[in-house]
Amino acid sequence: MYRTLAEAIADAEAYEMPLSELALQAEARDQGRPVAEIRDALGRALEVMRGAIAQGMTGDLRSNSGLVGGDAAKLRTGPAGPLADTPFRDVLARALAVQEVNAAMGVIVAAPTAGGAGVLPAVLTGLAAARAIPDDRVIDALATAGLIGAVVAERASLSGAEGGCQAETGAAAGMAAGAATEMLGGSPRQAGHAVALAQQGTLGLVCDPLGGLVELPCVFRNATGAAIALAAIEMALAGIEFAIPADEVIDTMGEIGRAMDVRYRETAGGGLAATPTGRRLAKERLVQIKRS
Amino acid sequence: MVSILDIIGPVMVGPSSSHTAGACRLGLLARCLVGGTPQRAKIELHGSFARTGEGHGTDKAIVGGLMGFRPDDERLREALDIMEREGLDYDFEKTTIADDAHPNTVRITVERGDRHAVMVGASLGAGRVLVSEIDGYPVEITGNLHTIAIVAEDVKGSIARIAGILADNSVNIATLRLTRKQRGGDAFMVIETDEQPGEAVRDAIRALPWVTWAFRLDKVSA
Repeated sequence: MYRTLAEAIADAEAYEMPLSELALQAEARDQGRPVAEIRDALGRALEVMRGAIAQGMTGDLRSNSGLVGGDAAKLRTGPAGPLADTPFRDVLARALAVQEVNAAMGVIVAAPTAGGAGVLPAVLTGLAAARAIPDDRVIDALATAGLIGAVVAERASLSGAEGGCQAETGAAAGMAAGAATEMLGGSPRQAGHAVALAQQGTLGLVCDPLGGLVELPCVFRNATGAAIALAAIEMALAGIEFAIPADEVIDTMGEIGRAMDVRYRETAGGGLAATPTGRRLAKERLVQIKRS
Repeated sequence: MVSILDIIGPVMVGPSSSHTAGACRLGLLARCLVGGTPQRAKIELHGSFARTGEGHGTDKAIVGGLMGFRPDDERLREALDIMEREGLDYDFEKTTIADDAHPNTVRITVERGDRHAVMVGASLGAGRVLVSEIDGYPVEITGNLHTIAIVAEDVKGSIARIAGILADNSVNIATLRLTRKQRGGDAFMVIETDEQPGEAVRDAIRALPWVTWAFRLDKVSA
């Protein structure tokens, strides 16, 4: 698999091929499996993603602790805001839905992780629904997202415990932005700018879950992560370029993650988890879990 | 080498790839050591597993794994109820395994019939796991492939005999690591295979007079 996006983009331009095709060919070579088999596996992942969205939209899910659940349904049926009737609002609802299912021990695709699992399916399936994009192109986009995630794994990290939330929902936003930009007709170069634009917007984001549980703020971080991805896609498709190359933005994420105090890396020692309300809720809810 | 299917995956029951999916895989590996669902188990949770495990369903995931449920099996949610219905005797304890142990470490003691084993393993993140100890012997087992772990006396031709047993059972060796502390001392072998070696393979290896013990662990990654 590629270790730099610059190399992938250069190859894509040299062979006049989308990043998705390069990703599938590299994966087939690395793993000794036919491309069709890899597409099938990505197709199954897409089915699970859609299943989680459908389940989460119903609104009757509650997490173990009761801290989160039911908010995806509010975006679906609640009063209109400035984004009503746009794909934007639907994408936010989908991101909440997947993450509410995750918190309730439902079945999701960790992409790249369980904690950041809402962003990519929300952006890809939400935009595909809005533009009537067929499934084989969504599967292509999942391959592109996999390539971008692989580069982030190589250069930085995909773990909140190592790099904070910038390495989970931040990486997911970069993956979703690059993949959807290509899915919507952007060039490989534009996809690279979309990755950089999304990832720069999440730099420094800490991992501070109440009680250490993948619930609060994780559910909402997936929605705001998806929003950052949408902003990046819109800018990249408009021809906006980010001066720092995506690989260097990813390196920066890694550097910030390594310097991040351990309180901000999934330990519930700082951030929202350490607020008076955060501490109180975590204590109450953990007691409740033990009783149930 | 990073695979795009590791990035877009695994399909799993939430909420945490390390505390739920990885924990389930550790349960599945411990189950293999006694060749099926253990009747009794002691599950000692260390570090973050002990502190936040209940909220992440780590207890349900390990118990589900011991009962043979995989990380994407929705029965994980009800694993503790199923365990009680099945009359299985599993206990949890919070402990400190070692000061420098990985934060998501668990020691699982399993019993099934006359078989008994103790395994120490950690969930490293993104669902990846590492078994570091079986019955007090240091090992490195990832569950990415089917694995046979062997402790044997350091005798000539031992590898050839074991390779012969695998070949007779149509099991292809993917990797083989051999270490020993000193000449003539205990030799450790960790063999990863492409096909799943059955219990018969384990029994045949155990029957060799110079083999101290042998365990078989299934591939548990996606």
